[in-house]
Amino acid sequence: MKGESVREEKRCEILTILSRDGRASAEDIAKQTGRPESEVKDTIAQYEHDGVIKRYNAVIDWEKAGIDKVTAFIDVRVVPARDVGFDAIAGRIARFPEVRSVWLVSGGSDLRVVVEATNLRQLANFVAEKLSTINGVTGTVTHFQLRRYKEDDVLYLEAEGNERLVITP
Amino acid sequence: MIPLKPIAKIASELPVSGIRRFFDIAASMQDVISLGVGEPDFVTPWSIREAAIYSLERGQTSYTSNWGLIELRRAISEHLERLYQVNYRPEDQILITVGVSEGLDIALRTILDAGDEVLVPEPCYVSYKPCISLAGGIPVAVETTAEEGFRVNAKQLEAHLTSRTKAILLGYPSNPTGATMPRALMEEIVRFAEANGLYILSDEIYDRLTYEGEHTCVPSIKGAYERTILFNGFSKAYAMTGWRIGYICAPSNILAPMMKIHSYTMLCAPITGQKAAIEALKGSEPQVQDMVEQYSQRRRVIVNGFNQIGLECHMPAGAFYAFPSIVSTGLSSEEFAERLLYEQHVALVPGTAFGAGGANHVRCSYATSIDKIEIALARIKCFVDKLKTERLI
Ligand SMILES: Cc1ncc(COP(=O)(O)O)c(C=O)c1O
Repeated sequence: MKGESVREEKRCEILTILSRDGRASAEDIAKQTGRPESEVKDTIAQYEHDGVIKRYNAVIDWEKAGIDKVTAFIDVRVVPARDVGFDAIAGRIARFPEVRSVWLVSGGSDLRVVVEATNLRQLANFVAEKLSTINGVTGTVTHFQLRRYKEDDVLYLEAEGNERLVITP
Repeated sequence: MIPLKPIAKIASELPVSGIRRFFDIAASMQDVISLGVGEPDFVTPWSIREAAIYSLERGQTSYTSNWGLIELRRAISEHLERLYQVNYRPEDQILITVGVSEGLDIALRTILDAGDEVLVPEPCYVSYKPCISLAGGIPVAVETTAEEGFRVNAKQLEAHLTSRTKAILLGYPSNPTGATMPRALMEEIVRFAEANGLYILSDEIYDRLTYEGEHTCVPSIKGAYERTILFNGFSKAYAMTGWRIGYICAPSNILAPMMKIHSYTMLCAPITGQKAAIEALKGSEPQVQDMVEQYSQRRRVIVNGFNQIGLECHMPAGAFYAFPSIVSTGLSSEEFAERLLYEQHVALVPGTAFGAGGANHVRCSYATSIDKIEIALARIKCFVDKLKTERLI
């Protein structure tokens, strides 16, 4: 039993490393965790196969890259359908390429949707023509993103850091 | 005019730390990669910083009790009970100090009379010997070696015992070697101390940074509690070096006189740091775990790297230092450190800075990012390869 949990921990360690750096190679991870490279490779392949690891992508500051994007967080109220509940409507919304995320949430609204577009008009069109017209959607409240401070664990703030002396006891 | 009288001998004769010289050279260089830093590269976790900011907003800027905030002492008491099943009363067995540094100083001043000897396994933290000397004592180095994994044993201590021996000063996990102490070995040392009426001063500041096996908390050993002065603090595990908060735990009859010195010389530890420390104990365990995991990963990378370069290095079980042997290069540890710094701009600390047994080794801190460790290793490899060709010519 104890061996089992140790293995679990090691597996989790691989995921933690990859979640910090998706480009960490099997060789890097093997070195860091003290496990054979082949085992690391197999474990990662298994994760990919099982869909535990969804994909690897870069986190990009589009604003810094000079590319305009508008983001909105939309609270959507819906009438759940018989048998499928919220899933059918959520699925319909989720498949639009403009939609970055969809969650079922507790509170005043039912679904929270994050939409990204290249400009305001495009976004307004999406809400007015696509989202609001879906059967079962009874109302939307759109919040535009004004400024991003942190996203997916990355800070968009002035860098902070330790100015350590070069040599200390 | 009559010339000014000289300063005290004890101060003028105090040696300058072996670390100092390298610091001055390194500080004057650009693009130095430093493996010479004895502190975490992480910033203090935000929840801790935020708690300190909140305390400032509420205007908590006063002195505290000489003992330190009772809430902090209670939290420490619970923490030690939970981790090591040792019991210290918050009211009179725990004293909050300005880092372990102050703790060591007042403890040594409390127990030593002029000429009393303290056994100090070496290589060891640079401050131990000077603090003993400043307290009027005589440091007696007990050399440990790479072959024994830099662990001291009772027999070695016994060989240095005299009628003036008063205490043993231990620091495991060790700065600079990363060595830890298995419980059985520590038990023998406690037996030895018991048999000779010695105090044990145990600096366990790196306790949480133990990667293999369990940390041995000295006062948890049978027979140790009454004679042990335990030091710990927030600098390392919580990445809080700048906050200057540490603590001493000891039986009240030993702690009371230390408290007297503390109350006259320090009054109390800074309140903002104490507030932060409370939050550290209450709410930052996940962050500590995360840092420990990252240190452990870096440790494997750096140690394997050294062994591949041909610098033999044992796998340290604690702290954040690797202590490879550089004997294969034919250089002394000072030459190695100095030439590496000039030629490859990698800073590390020669083992001799840490006393006997440190010769032919260098201390490399892996409290730095994996990327930097990789670059440093590549530069060290370059340096070592060049040395090899030099010797062939
Ligand atoms: C072994 C050891 N003890 C004590 C200290 C000093 O710690 P503090 O910051 O609590 O004064 C250090 C710092 O490097 C250390 O390595």
